[in-house]
Amino acid sequence: MGRYLIPLALFALLVVLLGVGLNLDPRKVPSPLIDKPAPAFALPDLHNGERLITPDAFQGQVWILNVWASWCVSCRAEHEQLLKLASMIKVNMVGLNYKDTNAAALGWLKRYGDPYSISVVDADGKAGIDWGVYGVPETFVMDKRGTVRYKHIGPVGPADVGAIFLPLIQQLEGEPA
Amino acid sequence: MRQLLMVLLLALSFVVHAEIESLTFETAEQEQRYKYFIDELRCLVCQNQNLADSNADLAKDLRMQTYEMITGGKSDQEIIDYMVNRYGDFVLYRPPLKTNTLLLWGGPFIILFLATVIFLRMLRQRNRQAVVHLGESDKAKARGLLAGNEGEKES
Repeated sequence: MGRYLIPLALFALLVVLLGVGLNLDPRKVPSPLIDKPAPAFALPDLHNGERLITPDAFQGQVWILNVWASWCVSCRAEHEQLLKLASMIKVNMVGLNYKDTNAAALGWLKRYGDPYSISVVDADGKAGIDWGVYGVPETFVMDKRGTVRYKHIGPVGPADVGAIFLPLIQQLEGEPA
Repeated sequence: MRQLLMVLLLALSFVVHAEIESLTFETAEQEQRYKYFIDELRCLVCQNQNLADSNADLAKDLRMQTYEMITGGKSDQEIIDYMVNRYGDFVLYRPPLKTNTLLLWGGPFIILFLATVIFLRMLRQRNRQAVVHLGESDKAKARGLLAGNEGEKES
C-alpha cells in the first residue's frame, strides 16, 4: 500500500499544476511597459488632422490610453463602460484609433458616443507596435509622471470599471506629479 | 474539348499563391538574418505561429518592421531588444535563460534524472525479489518432486 503513496503524490501534484495552468490565459501577455515611461508618439488628432499630439501634453496628469478601432467588435462592447468611466471620474481619456480610417472612426464615435478628451490616429499601426499592442481593445493607465502603471488586455468589462479602474485612478491621483 | 479543359485547369493551378511579401535585400546575409528572425519571433495574435507562418495583420507589420531594421543596419541584439522591450520575452520562441526561466529550461532534465533514478531503483527491487528464499521443508518438498519426476521418466 505504501508503494502507491509516491505515485499518488506525484499525480496529485500534476493535477494541481494542470489546474493552475488551465486557468491561466495565454492571451494575456504581461506587458513589459509596466513601470516604464509611456512610449513616445506624435500622432494626428482625429478631429483636426493638422494637429500632432504627443504624450507631453498629458504630463502632470493621470491619463488613460484606449486603443480601439471601428472594425473591432469587442470595442463596441466596452464602449459603454468607457462612457460610464468618463462620466464617473474626471480623467484624461485618450483614444488611439488603430489601423482604421478617419471616416469610419468619426462615424463610429458619432453613433456610439465619444468618451475621449482627445482622439489620435495611428493609421499604420507603428505607434501600436511601440506600445506592444497585439489585439484591440487594449487600455493603458499612466500616472502623473507619464509612467505606464497598468495595461488592460481585452475589453473593459462592467466589473472592471469599479473593481480596477476607479480605485487605480484614485490611487494615482493621490500620487505627486 | 476535355483536354482543353484540363490544360486550362492546370494553368489556373499556378495562379494559387500565398500572400508572400516580395522583399528585396542588398546582401544574402541580410536575407538570412531576416529569415532567421521571422522564424524565431512569435506572432502574439496566433500564439503558436512564428512571424513567418502567420497571416495576422500584426505579423505582417512586425515582418515589415524586422525588414526595415535589418536593411537599416541594426544589429541582431538591437532587433531582439526592440521586440522584447515592446512585447516581452514571450515574443521570442527561445526564452532567454533568466532566473525565472531556469525551471523551464532545466525542468525536463530534472524530470528525466528523477525518472531514471526511480526506474533503476525499481529494477533493483525486482531483481532482489526474484531471489526467493525457501524454507528447509519447502526445499525438501522440491527435491522430492524433482526426484519423483526423474523416477517417472526412467520407468
